[in-house]
Amino acid sequence: MALEQTDVLRAAHLARLGLSESETSGYVDDLARILDMVDQLQSLNTDGIAPMAHPLDATQPLRADDVSESDQREQLQQCAPAVEDGLYLVPRVVE
Amino acid sequence: MHDKTLTEIAADLTAGKYSSHELTEHLLKRIERLDPSLNSFISVTGDNARHSAQQADTARAAGTAGQLAGLPIALKDNICTQGTKTSCGSRMLDNFISPYDATIVQHLNAAGTVNLGKTNLDEFAMGSSSESSFYGPVKNPWDLTAVPGGSSGGSAAAVAAGLIPAALGSDTGGSIRQPAAFCGITGLKPTYGRVSRYGIIAYASSFDQVGPMARTAADCALLMNAIAGHDSRDSTSVTRQVPDYSAELDKPLRGLKIGLPKEYFGEGLSAEVESAVREAVRVYESLGASVIDVSLPHTHYAVPTYYVIASAEASANLSRYDGVRFGHRCQSPADLEDLYKRSRGEGFGSEVKRRILIGTHTLSEGFFDAYFTKAQRVRRLIQQDFIDAFKEVDVLMGPTSPTPAFDLGAHMDPVAMYLQDVYTIPCNLAGITAMSVPAGFDGERPIGLQLLGAHFSEAQLLNVAHQFQQATDWHLRRPAFAEETI
Amino acid sequence: MQWETVIGLEVHVQLATQSKIFSGSSTDFGAEPNSQASAVDLAMPGTLPVLNEQAVSMAVQFGLGINAEIPEVSVFDRKNYFYPDLPKGYQTSQMYYPIVGPGEVEISLDDGSTQRIRVHHAHLEEDAGKSLHEDYHGMTGIDLNRAGTPLLEIVSEPDMRNAKQAVAYLRAIHAIVTYLGISDGNMAEGSMRCDVNVSVRPKGQAEFGTRAEIKNVNSFRFVERAIAYEVERQIELIEDGGKVVQETRLYDPDADETRSMRTKEEANDYRYFPCPDLLPIVLDPTYVEQLRDALPELPAEKRARFESALGLSAYDAGVLSANRATADFFEEVMAICGDAKQAANWVQGELSGALNREGLSIENSPVSAQQLGGLLVRVIDDTINGKAAKQVFQAMWNGEGDSANNSADAIIDARGLKQVTDTGAIEAMIDQVISDSPAQVAQYRDAEPDKRGKMIGYFVGQTMKASRGTANPQQVNTLLKQKLDALC
Repeated sequence: MALEQTDVLRAAHLARLGLSESETSGYVDDLARILDMVDQLQSLNTDGIAPMAHPLDATQPLRADDVSESDQREQLQQCAPAVEDGLYLVPRVVE
Repeated sequence: MHDKTLTEIAADLTAGKYSSHELTEHLLKRIERLDPSLNSFISVTGDNARHSAQQADTARAAGTAGQLAGLPIALKDNICTQGTKTSCGSRMLDNFISPYDATIVQHLNAAGTVNLGKTNLDEFAMGSSSESSFYGPVKNPWDLTAVPGGSSGGSAAAVAAGLIPAALGSDTGGSIRQPAAFCGITGLKPTYGRVSRYGIIAYASSFDQVGPMARTAADCALLMNAIAGHDSRDSTSVTRQVPDYSAELDKPLRGLKIGLPKEYFGEGLSAEVESAVREAVRVYESLGASVIDVSLPHTHYAVPTYYVIASAEASANLSRYDGVRFGHRCQSPADLEDLYKRSRGEGFGSEVKRRILIGTHTLSEGFFDAYFTKAQRVRRLIQQDFIDAFKEVDVLMGPTSPTPAFDLGAHMDPVAMYLQDVYTIPCNLAGITAMSVPAGFDGERPIGLQLLGAHFSEAQLLNVAHQFQQATDWHLRRPAFAEETI
Repeated sequence: MQWETVIGLEVHVQLATQSKIFSGSSTDFGAEPNSQASAVDLAMPGTLPVLNEQAVSMAVQFGLGINAEIPEVSVFDRKNYFYPDLPKGYQTSQMYYPIVGPGEVEISLDDGSTQRIRVHHAHLEEDAGKSLHEDYHGMTGIDLNRAGTPLLEIVSEPDMRNAKQAVAYLRAIHAIVTYLGISDGNMAEGSMRCDVNVSVRPKGQAEFGTRAEIKNVNSFRFVERAIAYEVERQIELIEDGGKVVQETRLYDPDADETRSMRTKEEANDYRYFPCPDLLPIVLDPTYVEQLRDALPELPAEKRARFESALGLSAYDAGVLSANRATADFFEEVMAICGDAKQAANWVQGELSGALNREGLSIENSPVSAQQLGGLLVRVIDDTINGKAAKQVFQAMWNGEGDSANNSADAIIDARGLKQVTDTGAIEAMIDQVISDSPAQVAQYRDAEPDKRGKMIGYFVGQTMKASRGTANPQQVNTLLKQKLDALC
């Protein structure tokens, strides 16, 4: 599957990655080569093979519905770039 | 003191030959003197280490110390340690002081180990050379012009240089084994689910496992005893009982069945590596093991399968770095989109961005089935190869990496770099356990022998590795760099 | 042209767990900002989710409550998008293998008829935090207390054809989740939120029209009005030669209109894939059967029983079973007084009128079911008449007497409201009224016999007044008629 510059720009936007123009053109080349390598997979017949999401055939453990966390706001917000009145601040969100 | 193994140090501390405090001071001095040439540490936590050493010495004096009390270790800097910077080798987390300890750090602290610091790594553990760190490349103590391997290159280089007797690494596609091979030390990647991932900064969640890196298999066993086990905070950690990994080290290998996957001895394998590995296999034969050729027919597809799935998982795992709650935030964002795009654009390095882009692209509409779902199906075929092979043999052996350590700056092409991991990646896709043990040299540069075992066969693998180390002395070799007297 | 409306609903129900779906943080409403946001909820590097067993149990109970298929295996996926109230940059949800499969909900309409609406599936997911738009130096504040609260998203088939059905469906979902006790259903606090998909098509056309999704319509009334507005907008648009575009719209209750949300041209691409941090949920059939056996009586069953066993009208049965608190109240009153119809009339009449006037819910009624039951016992055994009963009710409402069973009796005694049924006493009062009202008696006598029936009302009123309302009205009526007619 051919890779276009628009594919890289689209992925960069979806991933909210700011890229310079030179970065973008570099990634178009890189990704094209990486996807060429990935295209080897297409030659393999996988009919009837179930996709494998986890290395172990295990099931989800469940946790009792107990409140085990106390208020740690002060500690957890020490690494926050911008807080006020206990809120994380971000540029104005318009709905 | 600095060329001793953990096992030896434990005995010396018990015998009172020196204190943990003295040892800690000695190692801190070595790090201070030697690490500027290696760049293996991102943070050195001297004060915490001195405090822990003092406590361990007090506990030893009182007779209340456990086996690991006072033993110095270092942690790869993607393992969260409360109150110290946990950077993941990224500008994104350069300002991140973890507010909590990873579960394994809690275990190690409880066992009384002395943590001397956080080791350098490829940014977000994505890489095979430890060159992509925001804090600069790590160098190989055997040859300062060579890479130490990656992504746990800081841990490997520090152990090889005698700055620390053992360290923890993490292995998503070979990140413990390949640097262990390049630096001539011993490293174990546990079975997926054996060691808690809670507090390990995620790269690819269905692959990541933390494991020990040390001089010997016996030391790896010692650390595994402390870190393995179920964690109720990690849904993917298993409840299966943890054996005493030190208990079976001395079991003789008579009757052991070794398989040599023919796909691991093909094109691209250096002659020196191949001959070292074949020589190691002859050592095993001399120890009473039998050897047969086996096939893991889908090996060829492992690298592309891995880069699709791991990058997809990474693309989502790294979305939390958005400049809102922690981590790098750009100056004066104009609006929300600017906040996201600049914070992430500035905070992540080029390899991390590359993998986020691959992952995002392969998950996006129109490509998901052809790439992601396809790769998940191939992943099952690769796992099945191993399951079938382990019906025939007890362990598989082959090279850890097709070549010894390459030169710093040598691999500019990402595809060529990815293909370096062809022998380590299948193990992560299958979720099985594997080790790398020192097995020779190509000139100054070490060569690693890879041992692969079935799910949860760590005890057996450690036994197999330990017996090799009883019969050989590759693991005892030290780089000249480490011999500098301090 | 005749148009047909097609409506489907996506209802998000916050599950009433103590802790969050993937962490041990409290889900209490109204705490200090971010005081209930743990390292896991904040998506701190290295943190991992562990699933809350109650969230699973509640989702399964809902599925059983709508007779849905409960698949043995369900899987969590990551839904990827960036928004400041979404800490991980993805929402953990269920895209491909939801926990609840196809089911159906019975709705009851105002005319007492019922209808079945199909549910496509229901899935578990985590709620997001909240953006507070007060001005913080031109910035928005983010509170992540709500992030990670378990949600059950219930997705209907496009089976509804008008706003009334949509509201009835929403009410039915509300009734089911509150009956099951899996949500408090509080729409004002956002415990239940609704996205409405609306399209129109020419009557008789098989294909659906292009739909608009109206987000976050958070009251029954707004659902009705948002649909009404949107249907009109779409029909007008098409009749004027325009085209409906598939888009997300927002209902503005103040302007009573829907408007397009200013979203970018880009189509969303959520890049769903199975969450590697969570394993498949596998439900043991015996576990599901245990939950099925423990299910309470649900609204549809209750409605049917109220009609068939208690003889209530379809309308009464529908109203009284619509929410669990009302049904429980009614059933308690009925158990005490033994008369379903009286209990139904009082709960729907006097009580619900008083609650509405004061804007109270039945859970906060000043008159308890025990008190009302005790009052009705006295009505039924003729201790008091209907008029006195209303006085007693009012006294109870105002807090007279105590909350014990006999408080009706206490008020009746204190106020002397006991009904007078002694014929002699009533006759004495009637004689007094007649002798005090010569003019009215004369009018009565002169009136045509068929007009006298109406005129008797005056004498009844005077006699009841003389008894301070305690005389038995039937007796008063009969005796007055006898005495007045004797005068003619």
